[in-house]
Amino acid sequence: MKWKIGEHRPDRRRLLRLLGRAFVYAGTALFSVGLMGRRGLAAAIPALAGTGYDWTKHRWGFGIDATRCIGCLRCVEACKTENGVSRDAHHFRTWVERYVYLKGEKAPRIDSQADPGNIAASGSETEYRFDNRYRDAKVEKAFFVPKLCNQCEHPPCVQVCPVGATFRTPDGVVLIDHDYCIGCQYCVQACPYGARSFNPKHEVTDKCTWCYHRITRGLKPACVEACPVDARIFGDQNDPESPISRFIRENRVQVLQPAMGTSPNVFYVGIEKEVV
Amino acid sequence: MEALFDAAPFTGYVFPNETVIPWSLMIVIYPYITGLVAGSFTVATFYHVFGVPRFRPVARFALLTSLSFMVFVPVPLLLHLGHPERSMNVLLTPHLTSAFAAFGFFATFYVVLVSLEIWFAYRENIVAWAQERKGLLGLFYRVLSLGSYEISPNTKAYDAKWLKALAVTGIVGAHGLHGYVGFVFGSLKSREWWGSDLMPVIFLVSAITSGIAILIVLYVVTSRVRKVPVDLDCLKGMAYMLWGFLIFTTVLEFLEFTNMIYKGREGIETIVAMAIGPLGFSLGVLQMGFAVIAFFIMTYFMWRSTQDRQMVIGVTISALLMLVSVFAMRWNVVIGGQELSKTLQGLLSFHAPLLGREGLLTMLMVFALPFGLLWVLTRLLPPWVPKPDHVLSR
Repeated sequence: MKWKIGEHRPDRRRLLRLLGRAFVYAGTALFSVGLMGRRGLAAAIPALAGTGYDWTKHRWGFGIDATRCIGCLRCVEACKTENGVSRDAHHFRTWVERYVYLKGEKAPRIDSQADPGNIAASGSETEYRFDNRYRDAKVEKAFFVPKLCNQCEHPPCVQVCPVGATFRTPDGVVLIDHDYCIGCQYCVQACPYGARSFNPKHEVTDKCTWCYHRITRGLKPACVEACPVDARIFGDQNDPESPISRFIRENRVQVLQPAMGTSPNVFYVGIEKEVV
Repeated sequence: MEALFDAAPFTGYVFPNETVIPWSLMIVIYPYITGLVAGSFTVATFYHVFGVPRFRPVARFALLTSLSFMVFVPVPLLLHLGHPERSMNVLLTPHLTSAFAAFGFFATFYVVLVSLEIWFAYRENIVAWAQERKGLLGLFYRVLSLGSYEISPNTKAYDAKWLKALAVTGIVGAHGLHGYVGFVFGSLKSREWWGSDLMPVIFLVSAITSGIAILIVLYVVTSRVRKVPVDLDCLKGMAYMLWGFLIFTTVLEFLEFTNMIYKGREGIETIVAMAIGPLGFSLGVLQMGFAVIAFFIMTYFMWRSTQDRQMVIGVTISALLMLVSVFAMRWNVVIGGQELSKTLQGLLSFHAPLLGREGLLTMLMVFALPFGLLWVLTRLLPPWVPKPDHVLSR
């Protein structure tokens, strides 16, 4: 058959139309399978299996009373044990910072339990301690600031995840589906608070979940449980009489880096403007 | 036992989790390779869309270069991923608020587009080779010809129309692709060194600079290897482009840094300490210094307006300097951004590992791969055109 390029030939057009349709259908099918897969994974959180827990009925919140914290680091220890976090000085779901204002100095000196000096004092990366470096200094003011995931209302980490492996639950906790995470670490970059770390063994991102497996069973997070001075307060913001609701109501609370627009759900009392 | 991670030493206060630097060499080379794609495509479009005849000698070579690099853009990303076997999740369940989610679609679209563009640019040759060549190679061209050997004014017009339409789409695609890479960094508010509105623009123009530079180097080197004289008119055209984009890039980079210093927001002391400290050499010497030297060499040759052997040497040296400068820029953005702590109270120092999945050696290998593919492609689809007909223009 004589046919010139640029002229339409009916049978070819039919074939093209068919191919086009097949492409669209296949694409839609793949896309929906993917979406369904994702929905399924999000709903089947192992921590929730068989608990009868309804995540639409709670709104969890966390408080830190820095005036109470004594820097004993039992919270860090409890968290590592409870959640199987790598026992080294570079992976933490929660940590404690020390702010020390020395006489004659404008800016505070800041360190955490992961500081080499503190590791030397404890003798091991798996034991946590603040050293006594300020014993002979003239300290004007000092306090400890426990840190953990802020479970933001507008979490930048969730925004940047390319596959939707990390998500915010209706009760306000940001979780990671470790079986779906591709390990790109974009979320680690996006968190302004340094709350995320990369699990080098499983090659996926790790973060504080406020011990989701415990709170959905009516228990407190491990760090709250371990704190000997009640510096960590936890509860349901939907319940006006819960410890966290009272903490927020009875104190002038603040959040970290409010200019980031993340709306954190960890509320602090007794910290200075220098707290990072 | 090999350590599972490298911990970076630091000064001042950094968050404990920051001591393992998340993005290393693979994320440095990724935007670099992507940039070469965008830049070399730009040169090709100058011939195919804007109809600048002096670029004819490199137009098809530029397309092959663009494709060779683009094919390997996903490699560093896959090497970086903790679970590369799950990478298809990005295509199956793209989380649309993430800048990274678009990558797979962008990359696929672009590879298809450039391949089509190349096909149309070579159709006449493919038909000729399909009829001349025997054996496996002949079969290859016969398959590539898709069974149509017709070459007539009608088909030529048809091919030209498609070539132009694809190139126009490609301009948007290539530049969109690279602007988007800048957005990956520029959209993060958590990192002071990255979160800038200018970032996508700077990435884009420096990408074009690096793409022109690599074409200049490749063109001069391959001409020597082929023992053919360099088309000075064409080289000069590319030199003009390089010169212009070099100025544009450097001015933008300078503006951004000045802006940051002038605004002097919280943490500026730490930023300055980083720029003159750990980043001093790569920022001051490699990125800025090399660009300035290239600028003066180029200005001299552009000013002198002669076309001779000296110009070839001068322009090639400038192009090499710019290749280093743009690589240093990628390094300074990616590594520098992470060396500056999110606390803005401390600095980390990154030490590139030699071996390992994300080591220096792997990076060099990843960078060498596109050149290998380009060599194969130039064998299969010789891009060089005889001097002829276009000389009329000047």
